[in-house]
Amino acid sequence: MPVKVMIPSPLRPYAGKRDSAEFSARTVGEALGHLTTEFAELRKHLFTEDGKLRSFVNVYVNDEDIRYLAKENTPTKDGDTISIIPSIAGGLHLEASFRALRQAGVNAERKPSSLLVLASRIGI
Amino acid sequence: MATTTQPQTGAKPAASLSNEEILRYSRHLIMPEVGMEGQLKLKNAKVLLIGTGGLGAPLGLYLAAAGVGKLGLVDFDVVDFTNLQRQVTFGTSDVGKPKSEAARARLLNLNPDIQIQSFETQLTSANALELFKDFDVIVDGTDNFPTRYLVNDACILLGKPNVYGSIFRFEGQAAVFGMPDGPCYRCLYPEPPPPGLVPSCAEGGVLGVLPGIVGSIQAMETIKLILGRGDNLVGRLLLFDALGMRFRELKLRKNPNCPVCGTHPTIRKLIDYYEFCGVRGEEAPGPTVEVPEITPRELKARLDRGDELFILDVREPHEYQICNLKGHLLPLGELTRRVHELDSSREIVAHCRSGKRSAEAVDFLRKAGFRKILNLKGGILAWSDEVDPSVPKY
Repeated sequence: MPVKVMIPSPLRPYAGKRDSAEFSARTVGEALGHLTTEFAELRKHLFTEDGKLRSFVNVYVNDEDIRYLAKENTPTKDGDTISIIPSIAGGLHLEASFRALRQAGVNAERKPSSLLVLASRIGI
Repeated sequence: MATTTQPQTGAKPAASLSNEEILRYSRHLIMPEVGMEGQLKLKNAKVLLIGTGGLGAPLGLYLAAAGVGKLGLVDFDVVDFTNLQRQVTFGTSDVGKPKSEAARARLLNLNPDIQIQSFETQLTSANALELFKDFDVIVDGTDNFPTRYLVNDACILLGKPNVYGSIFRFEGQAAVFGMPDGPCYRCLYPEPPPPGLVPSCAEGGVLGVLPGIVGSIQAMETIKLILGRGDNLVGRLLLFDALGMRFRELKLRKNPNCPVCGTHPTIRKLIDYYEFCGVRGEEAPGPTVEVPEITPRELKARLDRGDELFILDVREPHEYQICNLKGHLLPLGELTRRVHELDSSREIVAHCRSGKRSAEAVDFLRKAGFRKILNLKGGILAWSDEVDPSVPKY
C-alpha cells in the first residue's frame, strides 16, 4: 500500500483537479518529487527556485508537521497520509469591496489605496 | 486544557442577572457547564470581532445571542448584493450601509441587553493595539493576509487569545492562537504567500454555508475560552472539508524560533503588513501586464460598423453560463494547449470578467506571435456599465 498525498483545493487546478494522489515513496521528499513530476505546474507552488519547500506551505505526515520531524527526509511507510496545508484567506470579500467601491464611488475616501492595490494584485 | 479569560474591566463586573436575562438565558443556566457562574462570565466578557462578513456573521449572531456583554465590531466595508449569499447578518435593505453599523443594528435587535461598539475603520498597525486593549478575546474573521498577520502579532504583543478561522471554496481551518505556551499563526506560517501565487478570481468563490460552519466553530471556541470549559483548539489545527464532509486535525507546535512568540522574538512592535505581504502601499499593481486595449464603447462602435472581430472569452465555462458576449470560449488555463484554435491573421478582442485574466491572455498571445489582438478594458463588467446594462454583473 503506497503513500497518499492529499492535495488541497487551492492547488488542485495545478494537479489535474485531483484531490489526492498515491505514490510509492520512502520519504516525504520522494513523494513530493513524484507528485511534482506528475504535475509539473505544482512545482512552483510548493518549491522555491532552489528546490526548498516554500515557507507558506506546510507538509504533514499523518498529523505531524515535518518541520518537527526530519523535514523532507522524514521517512514514510505504506499507508501514511501526507497533507499539504497552504495558508488560505478567503478572497471574495476584497473583490466585493473593490467592486462596491468602483460602483459607488462615494466611499472611495474610506478605502485605503493599498487595499485597492492588494485587490488588483491578487487578481481581481 | 482550557484557560479562563478574565475580563479586564475598569468598571465593576456584573454580579447578577435581571429576571429578563434569567429567562433569556435559561437554556444556558440549566446546564451545569454554564450555569449562573458561566452566564455572568459571558456577561462580563468583551470580545472584538475583526470583520463582520462571512465568518463574522455567525460569530456576531451567536455571541450576541449567548449574552457576551460587550461586542466590538471592526469593519470599514459597506454591504453589497454579493455579500448576502453568505453574510447572514445582513438583509437586502442593508445594501449600501456600512457593515459595522448594519451588524450593530441587527445584533442589538437580537439582544438589547448587551453593549455593541462598532468601529467603521480599517484595522491598521497604527490603531490595532489601541482597539484591542479593552477586549479579552480577539476573533479573526478577516479574509486577507496583511490583516491576519496584523491580528496575530497584535494579540501576541498584548497577550490576548486570537480565535482564528479561514475559508477557501469548500475548505476551512480553525485554531486558537495566542494562548500562554500555545503556538501562534506565525508558528504555523512564518510568511504569507506572495500575491502572484494566491489563487486568482477564476478559482475563488466560497459556498455560503462554509463560513457559517467555520464561524460557528470560532464562536464555540470563544465561548469556551470565556467559560474556561472544555478543550480548546490550542496546539491543534482543525481542517474541514465540506465536499468530503470530513473534519481532520493536525498538531500545531509552538515554534521556539517564531519571530513574534519565540524565545528570541525579532518582532517587538507592529510592522507594515502590506509591505510584509508583498503589497506595497502606493505602488502601481505589479503583475498586471501592459497590453493594447479597446474600451467597451469603442468595441461596440466597431461591431456596429460591421468590423470583423473575433471575440475571445478567456473565462471559465461556468462563468460563460452567467453571461457572455457570444465570444469563443477558451479558458486562460487552457490557452497554451489550445492556442491552435485561434487564427493569428484575424483581429481578436480578448475579454474576461474584469480585464485582468484577458490581459494575461493577450500578453501570452502577443509573445506567441499574434499581432492584431486587443484586451477589452474592464472586461464584461465594464461592458455592462458602459454599453449594455442588460448583461448581469457578478
